Amino acid sequence: MTEVRQLFFEESFENLDMMESSLLDLEIGAVDKELINTIFRAAHSIKGGAGIFKFEHVINFAHTVETLLDELRNDQHIVTQHLIDLLLRGVDTLRALLKALQTGQEYNPEAVLVCQQEFTALLITPMSPPPEHAHPHPENTHAPVTAPEVIPVGWHIRFKPYPRLLQTGNDPINLFRALDALGELQICADSSQLPTFADLDFQNCYLSWDLLLTGAVEQTAITEIFEWVEGDCDLEMIPLDKESLAETRIVMDKALEASLAKLAKVPEKIISPAPSETPVNPKLSSIPIVNEVLEKPAHNEHLSSHINEASSIRVGIDKIDALINIVGELVITQSMLDQVGEDFNLARLEQLRSGLAQLERNTRELQESVMRIRMLPISYSFNRFPRLVHDLSTQLGKKVEIKLSGEQTELDKTVLEKMSDPLVHLVRNALDHGIEMPEQRRAAGKPETGILKLHAFHQGGNIMIQISDDGAGFNLERIQQKAIDKGLLHPDENPTVEQLYEFIFHPGFSTAQQVSDLSGRGVGMDVVRRNIRDLGGTIEIKSEIGKGSRFSIRLPLTLAILDGQLVRVGNRIYILSLLSIIESLRIQPNLLSVLAGKAEVYRVRDEYIPILRLYALFNIIPSTTQLEQGILVIVEGEGQKIGLFVDELLSQQQIVIKSLETNYKQIHGISGATILGDGSVALILDVAGLIRQFYSSNRVHTFSELSVGAMT
Amino acid sequence: MNNEETKIANKYLTFVLATEEYAVDILRVQEIKGWNKPTPIPNTPEYLCGVINLRGTIVPIIDLRLRFGLERLPYGQMTVIVVVRVISGNKERIMGIVVDAVSDVYDINEADVKPTPEFGSVINIEFVKGLANVCEKMIIILEIDALLNSDELAIIEQSHH
Amino acid sequence: MAYILISDDSVAMRQMLKAALLVEDHQVVEADDGLVALSLAKTHLFDLVITDVNMPMLDGLSLVRELRSLTDYQFKPILVLTTESDPDKKKLAKAAGATGWLVKPFDPDKLLAAVKKVLG
Repeated sequence: MTEVRQLFFEESFENLDMMESSLLDLEIGAVDKELINTIFRAAHSIKGGAGIFKFEHVINFAHTVETLLDELRNDQHIVTQHLIDLLLRGVDTLRALLKALQTGQEYNPEAVLVCQQEFTALLITPMSPPPEHAHPHPENTHAPVTAPEVIPVGWHIRFKPYPRLLQTGNDPINLFRALDALGELQICADSSQLPTFADLDFQNCYLSWDLLLTGAVEQTAITEIFEWVEGDCDLEMIPLDKESLAETRIVMDKALEASLAKLAKVPEKIISPAPSETPVNPKLSSIPIVNEVLEKPAHNEHLSSHINEASSIRVGIDKIDALINIVGELVITQSMLDQVGEDFNLARLEQLRSGLAQLERNTRELQESVMRIRMLPISYSFNRFPRLVHDLSTQLGKKVEIKLSGEQTELDKTVLEKMSDPLVHLVRNALDHGIEMPEQRRAAGKPETGILKLHAFHQGGNIMIQISDDGAGFNLERIQQKAIDKGLLHPDENPTVEQLYEFIFHPGFSTAQQVSDLSGRGVGMDVVRRNIRDLGGTIEIKSEIGKGSRFSIRLPLTLAILDGQLVRVGNRIYILSLLSIIESLRIQPNLLSVLAGKAEVYRVRDEYIPILRLYALFNIIPSTTQLEQGILVIVEGEGQKIGLFVDELLSQQQIVIKSLETNYKQIHGISGATILGDGSVALILDVAGLIRQFYSSNRVHTFSELSVGAMT
Repeated sequence: MNNEETKIANKYLTFVLATEEYAVDILRVQEIKGWNKPTPIPNTPEYLCGVINLRGTIVPIIDLRLRFGLERLPYGQMTVIVVVRVISGNKERIMGIVVDAVSDVYDINEADVKPTPEFGSVINIEFVKGLANVCEKMIIILEIDALLNSDELAIIEQSHH
Repeated sequence: MAYILISDDSVAMRQMLKAALLVEDHQVVEADDGLVALSLAKTHLFDLVITDVNMPMLDGLSLVRELRSLTDYQFKPILVLTTESDPDKKKLAKAAGATGWLVKPFDPDKLLAAVKKVLG
């Protein structure tokens, strides 16, 4: 039950998110039936679900919201900003209520009441209590109780179905069975309406029945049984006292005898085979098995998750199907290998080889499919922004339109979760510092409404997320001044645009003239960048004064797996992500230069690439210190290139990334570890980190100056 | 062992390092395994032998001799790694410690644990929880949470803020 | 033991239904939308269909109508889940061809009783 409860919460929060985003899509003045229906459905689902757990407050509140939505749907209201705001607040209130219930915390009942009253005030139809919950036994209320009479000792029921009754799926036998459970039942069928066999339409019901139910049964109990066939039959219920019961019984017995004589065989008590005992459609037999397999992962996930903060993923059925298929193939491969192994001789070597190749393919596919399960569309994160932008822009007195695109771009769940805060920060920033006040925009000849775009897409092996606005852009002069004021920059220095942007990511550096309560929340751009870097990603700024800015975030597609290049330095093996490698080459001494007597650079076409001797950095004894005897692997990170000097290139393989931090800590220049085929551990190099470290050391100035000099 | 205080006696695993016998709470010991050459991690203290693969997780290995500033002993078939769970911050970590040999399991009463004297121990007192006398022997009860925590992990906690 | 198809866009509701039905050893197949339910029904013969009314693509009442037009489901019991005690809603369900309805929320016993009522 806790599982179902947890599901209810998850689902309700999703429904609330959906309500919210749909509400934000509503246009003032218009009535988009489709959209309102969606919102209505979501509210309705929450109400229905809350009913299971008897969350009275939620039921009540959701019912009020639903009633207003229903009126809206029936054109009884027009969409106003006020209405949207109220509905949004309703969403918030429901969310708070559910959150409180989920975590077992207290909530503010007055706030709920106030909000609910605002809704009620708008309603045209008088508020009826939510159905069902006001009365614990609703079924007792809708059968008209004839009179406050004494309960009779029996009932004579005349049941005359219309021919169409069977087509509703109701079977008189089942009704009788239910009646029989209430008391002693005597049945007498009237087959007088039965046509000749030739005229018989098997879809129709031609029989009618006289039933005698003996026992102190309330009328409601009988009405309930016939509830579903109301309107499909003539039904008469005659309460019987002791005398009339005896009379009726005599009449019925006689009729029964007569029928028996006529039909020779009418059962006194109806016993029919249950429909489920009929042979099962063979097509069905596969379903339960599949179903079981499907259920298991979800089940385990819930077991392992905490009651409150469940970490579960909604997985598309197609992804599960793909997994099942692969597992199926794996089983086949295994049995094939089993067979080969059973009596192996050299003649079967080829078979073994192909079996192993197949196994490798299966394993890879399985790995990919499992990883795909972790992939979620970025809409999970994007969808909260329309609301955020709506609220923030109202607060700031700005007009902002948000445009989302590429919401279906999938990324790893962990990446998605960790990107959440940085994205919020960047969006807040854009609203706060980027997009100008309407009058300022008008003065600048721009439309009053600013546009904020969130765009996600795949590029190579990366996910790109771009946050762009058409606002004021970064004022480079002000950044420069501030950097000088803060002592980060010498007044005589002439920094490049990139260097100036770099200051934005400096801790405690803010270009806003005043820190507003919105973005001045203690999280700076430095934190944003660190979060992104922790994920192995990068962030770049493009900005034009007066036209706007764009932040581009590049993230690895998935965290847990990468295509690796194994390299050897001395007796150690390190791994480089293939994505970071531009090329690997053997060093030709004539292309090598030593700058300032110390820093080595290598000319590749018209570029000068600084060389980093890995063995020196890591304090390892290499096979060689002679550059021309080893390999130079040119890697790129954060737009800068470097040549890593290693002894040898080994194989390339897909590797599963393991964290060093789980049990130890983060190490500079190392992004993680992996387990090689022989069970040993190899470290994965953090290319961007190595480059950063390299360039931030004092060599960097010499380098950029000299390499620029060398190129001109 | 034969008075009422046995109720609060804890089991300790003891091992030998140079001339001393050390003890760790047995509930913190996950397993004892033989020597398996770790992968060294560049630019880390000497006592960190590196990391090993323990059923799919990466576990750091600490040479206790080097951690305590004792003389290095070559690793070999006789080298033993005690895999323990340590608490650092609010997180549980797993690490392996290299010891000379595993000795015994003792019940030690809470009451029998004496505070560490300011002197008299060969190792830094920050790693010592207390001393206990068992069977006429003095046993040093280790504060294993301090082994990785002290200077080493401090860097991490900082870098995470 | 019967083969039962449940159609509801709420996972919680499906789980709830399923948990109750499993008690009586019924075999349950789930659909998260009327459209899914319909295509399942066309390829598998269920003894009973239980459907929600409000579903995104194909709503429950349309599902009932569609099912009734299939020879295999002409006489099959179909129960509609509704949160409304509103007699109009029930009439609509009946008009669409539903065997009966279940008012949400229901306790598992009530559900099983209803299932028994249509399956015998």
